[in-house]
Amino acid sequence: MDIQNIRNQFPILSRKVNNKPLIYLDNSATTQKPQSVIDAVSNYYTQINSNVHRGVHQLSQLATDAFEEARKSVQEFINAKEHHEVIITKGTTESINMLAWSFGEAFIKEGDEILVSEMEHHANIVPWQMLCERKKAKLKVIAVDENGVLKMQEFANLLNSNTKIVSIAHISNTLGTINPIKEIIDKAHKLGALVHIDGAQAVAHTALDMQELDVDFYSFSAHKMYGPMGIGIFYGKEQLLNKMPPYQYGGEMIDQVSFTKTTFNELPYKFEAGTPNVGGMLGLQAAIKFLSDIGLDQIKTYEDELLNYATLELQKIEGFRMIGNSPHKASVLSFLLDEIHPFDAGTILDQLGIAVRTGNHCAQPIMDKMGIPGTIRASLAIYNTTEEIDALILGIKKTQQMFL
Amino acid sequence: MNIEEIGQEIVEEFSMFDDWMDKYNYLIELGRDLEIIDEKYRDQQHLITGCQSRVWLSAEEKEGRIYFKADSDAVITKGIVNLLIRALSGQTAEDIINDKLDFLEQIGLKDHLSPTRANGLSSMVKQMKLYALAFKAKKG
Ligand SMILES: Cc1ncc(COP(=O)(O)O)c(C=O)c1O
Repeated sequence: MDIQNIRNQFPILSRKVNNKPLIYLDNSATTQKPQSVIDAVSNYYTQINSNVHRGVHQLSQLATDAFEEARKSVQEFINAKEHHEVIITKGTTESINMLAWSFGEAFIKEGDEILVSEMEHHANIVPWQMLCERKKAKLKVIAVDENGVLKMQEFANLLNSNTKIVSIAHISNTLGTINPIKEIIDKAHKLGALVHIDGAQAVAHTALDMQELDVDFYSFSAHKMYGPMGIGIFYGKEQLLNKMPPYQYGGEMIDQVSFTKTTFNELPYKFEAGTPNVGGMLGLQAAIKFLSDIGLDQIKTYEDELLNYATLELQKIEGFRMIGNSPHKASVLSFLLDEIHPFDAGTILDQLGIAVRTGNHCAQPIMDKMGIPGTIRASLAIYNTTEEIDALILGIKKTQQMFL
Repeated sequence: MNIEEIGQEIVEEFSMFDDWMDKYNYLIELGRDLEIIDEKYRDQQHLITGCQSRVWLSAEEKEGRIYFKADSDAVITKGIVNLLIRALSGQTAEDIINDKLDFLEQIGLKDHLSPTRANGLSSMVKQMKLYALAFKAKKG
């Protein structure tokens, strides 16, 4: 794979930060955007911007067609059975809130149980917690071991006929753990529970197949897969979505005369109140093309090599402590350095032009469990190189010297 | 010395450094030199919340002047806390409320006080000014 050629497609990668060449290792927070994505958004606004599904005029038709084509690109990308199973949201957080509310209204009653894990992002904890409060249901938490691996035996023990839904991250944003989601889905289904997968950290790194997984719901954000911010996907099986009430209302307020068709009560529009982010959706479509052109299998192979290289080299540093040592990991290197506060380390690395994230990564429960206030997190993308890992290692050594 | 004079003194100190490493090494040193805060102040009540590095702040008034003590769990943050305490502690409420801390801009550390930085320093300054306002109001 020609990484230089890939890097060249990302204009931001050639800028400087603090007078140093940018080394961007905060890809789990958001990835950078290739020119094709930037162009897709820009072309939309220069060529066909208009509101969708409502105007009879040419531009509106063009925008609507492009928007619906983009939905089909997503459908194909995740191999969903139907294009109307692809609901457009503003991101993973909105997808999960929509699910927790709407699913909760339709299916959750007092005494029901909902299962999440200790390694979840706050976005996959709090909506369920609130639902449980509203419905007097119970939130049960699957523990994680010291390596950051989900305790599958505990999962099996917690699962019972009261379990209505299991909601788990595909890949942990803090530990990098890849969870055995197929096994989780199959086990849950055997006991009649449904499964939602938070795929925010997975989409850019691994190929997805909704039908093969047989997953009931799946969420992700475009901005973590080289697409624009403010756009995300909530996938759900048709027969389930049909039983769930809309999450927001607003479509009805639009003047009936300007509709060419009244389709708001059908999927997917029932879950898409208000004007959608059409430009963002076209950017997502371009991001999907970017990923598909390289090929997710190729991407995975390259990123795994990079992760292995980084893991080996980083662990040679004295005082380096990796947080998250699952044998199945993707993209994320979360660590501590001696007794250095992550915020201090992040400040020095920033001075060196190295962008990492520090803190609890919106996953406070797992930090509490590990007994640490937070970590320094370097997270990889397709455009990162071994030279950048070497620069990170040098930066870490410099940081350690400064706090010696 | 008033806040402005202390600020000038700090600017002169920092003018000796010609690269960022020296500057940050000095901040780390200042962080380590910060007078240790009494353990009783390192509690929930004195914690400035919502930050990645935690900051604790206490204040008391003596003879019309306000004295601050503060601490942080991150050393660089503590270094900047040291500078802020040096400038603001022992000053009058009036001066604390009105000062704009221009010296931080001159030594290139103004960013660290941006409310969008999750280091707690911006909230700390705000809290210092609130203390000053409260003392002033109490005095009438
Ligand atoms: C695992 C996980 N879930 C959910 C989210 C929330 O995504 P967004 O902020 O795009 O809604 C993130 C983002 O960091 C994440 O890593």
